[in-house]
Amino acid sequence: MDPLPLLVAVPLLAGFVLPLAPKHRIRLTDFFALVTSAALVALAIAALRQPDCAYHVGGWGPRAGGPPLGITLVLDGASKLMVLIIAVVTFAVILYSPSYMARFTGKRKFYSLFFLMVAGMNGVVLTGDMFNLFVFLEIASIASYALVAFGCEKQELEASFRYLVLGSIASYMILLGVGLLYAKMGTVNMAHLSSKIAAAGGLAGAGPVTEAGKASALLIFATTLFICGLGLKAALVPFHAWLPDAHPSAPTPISAMLSGLLIKAIGVYALTRVLFTVIGMSDVGTPTLCNLIMVLGILSMVGGGFLAIGQQDFKRLLAYSSISQVGYVILGIGLATPLGIAAGLFHLLNHAIFKSLLFLNAGAVEYRTGTRRLDEMGGLNKRMPATGATSFVGSMSIAGVPPFNGFFSKLLIILACVAAGRYVFASIAVVVSVITLGYFLKVQKQAFFGALKDKWQHVREVPTMMAASMILLALLCLATSALMFKGPRDFFLGHAQRSFTQRQRYVDRVMRPTTADARESTERMD
Amino acid sequence: MKKLATEEREGMSLIVGTVTHWVCAFIVLFGLYIVAYGHLTPGGGFAGGVILACGFILLMLAFGRKRLAAILPLSRASALDCIGALAFWVLATAGILFGGGVFFRNFLPLGKRLRLWSAGIIPLCNVAIALKVCASLVLVLVALSVLRVKAGGTDEDFITDIEEK
Amino acid sequence: MVYLLCLIVFSIGIYGVLTQRNLIKIILSLAVAESAVNIFLVLLGYRTKGIAPIDDGTAANFAGAAVDPLPQAMVLTAIVIGLGVLALSMVIAIRLYHRYGTYDITKIRKLRG
Repeated sequence: MDPLPLLVAVPLLAGFVLPLAPKHRIRLTDFFALVTSAALVALAIAALRQPDCAYHVGGWGPRAGGPPLGITLVLDGASKLMVLIIAVVTFAVILYSPSYMARFTGKRKFYSLFFLMVAGMNGVVLTGDMFNLFVFLEIASIASYALVAFGCEKQELEASFRYLVLGSIASYMILLGVGLLYAKMGTVNMAHLSSKIAAAGGLAGAGPVTEAGKASALLIFATTLFICGLGLKAALVPFHAWLPDAHPSAPTPISAMLSGLLIKAIGVYALTRVLFTVIGMSDVGTPTLCNLIMVLGILSMVGGGFLAIGQQDFKRLLAYSSISQVGYVILGIGLATPLGIAAGLFHLLNHAIFKSLLFLNAGAVEYRTGTRRLDEMGGLNKRMPATGATSFVGSMSIAGVPPFNGFFSKLLIILACVAAGRYVFASIAVVVSVITLGYFLKVQKQAFFGALKDKWQHVREVPTMMAASMILLALLCLATSALMFKGPRDFFLGHAQRSFTQRQRYVDRVMRPTTADARESTERMD
Repeated sequence: MKKLATEEREGMSLIVGTVTHWVCAFIVLFGLYIVAYGHLTPGGGFAGGVILACGFILLMLAFGRKRLAAILPLSRASALDCIGALAFWVLATAGILFGGGVFFRNFLPLGKRLRLWSAGIIPLCNVAIALKVCASLVLVLVALSVLRVKAGGTDEDFITDIEEK
Repeated sequence: MVYLLCLIVFSIGIYGVLTQRNLIKIILSLAVAESAVNIFLVLLGYRTKGIAPIDDGTAANFAGAAVDPLPQAMVLTAIVIGLGVLALSMVIAIRLYHRYGTYDITKIRKLRG
């Protein structure tokens, strides 16, 4: 069975079956959620081993040289990487959730919304159709608005409302962009749009009075709308205002999912897919666009980094550092060179792992001590060894200390900047990395090392499942360093960056005419 | 329901109640018609589901929440919501089993054009969607009307005839 | 020309979101913006003197005479999504009133920005 539609169908099934579970059998609900997330991991691994393909939903594929009639799900290098990241981090967070969420009522609703969010993220990553991208983006976003407000405390509600309003405006901008592209090009299928935009001259186009010039003006407007809308979803700096409120206020598993996956799957990945595959960004063809993306990345890096220094709230500091690290990813992607895109995607993978780990650590500390303020903590390493050790691993990863994965991905981004001749950007990246090291050392010193305060004498370690999920993520932090070696690097990152730089191959794969069965349109992975 | 003491009567006045008695069945019938012919005329699952929900909401507005809870308690609405979504899921995934391995393929016979029994799984999808939309809208509106809150109050001010949060 | 009107209504919605102080009015402005985008999408499919896109075999050149059904399908989905967002935002607004005692967004500022 093809894993592609199942990757979206299985979380949807969980999302709708879980509210039907009997109210008194909580363990059954937890077990079912765990089984579903394990199934997702299995499906993601099966998708890895499958050759790249385009899956036409409902069999409505291309007929006789035209575009696909229906919605297409596309599996290529970048989709495989994202699906794997989503599945693994979801599994870790589901391991963590039962103990943490025991204090909330309505656990079934929590799991239901959670899996709807995962289904939305998988859909965004896999889809080959612009309007379908909008629909899955909205599924994931609406589920996340509800999940941020889950505890119904004051801060959660306020943060969720702000997130909802800003996120909805961004979504309407994206819908407007999709509508504009449809208006000019007559299609919403990504591959077909790609070939039509390339034929119309892309962003450059001719002067303002010709037909091609009008097309390019509209294309520039649509691109701006996409950058604003998807940039808000990815929390880039002019659009980041919702993130420092929403991520700390949400319950910890949701903070980990939001910061680790959501802003990347529906923000960064969607932006990259739209800019590279549909609009046709490249380092020689559209230098202005590349510069704009890189400047947004630099602003995010610097802004997030400096704003994080003075924070005393553990989760708020982590939220600002998310903004900073997403800036790194966008900087790498904005370079538009193969090395740059590969470096950006590597950092995206790493950040998903270590930021989720750090948020789960913050949640573990809050679970036992009841506080998120760093100045009230102290010396927790003595009482919570697993949490302390994994948080040390996470902090060293995000700060970029070898041998953890953060060092290699940041090194790759800096090397890519230097190779492209952007020495200023590279030096800013180095400076921000040092700043990151600074404030994470502060976190470690204030929270975990040092003398144990008297009021924390009774604190114990977190329950086993929570510790197990944190240890799993910490081990992955070490394991993904192996992606620097040639074999895994080419398998994961090389393949992923080729799906963005080799636009024509994407178009060919989707537009190949089908015979009777949709699965005929496969090809060998290169 | 027809108490004459105005401070004890729930819902609205006698005129509204009587008209609702007559009209409610027609609203539900109209909604079912829109759902059933959704593949031929404008409408379909979502629009028909909204009209069906309006029928139930009219009951709630005219006679009070307890009358609606006698017909459609919240737990049943929540369960119907999930069942509608699951029915749609089953129809979509059945395309994998019966339709030759393609998700969401229209595997039932297509029939003649413009007849009621035609277009494969689309009418069944319409029914599932209508069930889900009707149940969801009833849930949303009842939940909104239940939240009778005082400004700045504590949790005890929430009316607790919903079973769980 | 009519597309420009849609964009103006969208701007009015965004202006409302930015300047209104009452939570409910912010939600209503969001609904206005959403309606504007939906109308824009539907109008994209319009064809002058077009027939409804239901093919009962009587139209001579159906593909050339019918209005475009794809934006209609897209807008149906977008309306449902907007309904979901609206319902969620209303419930959050009511709960905010319960917690803070006011609908005024300048007073709901417990979190630093």
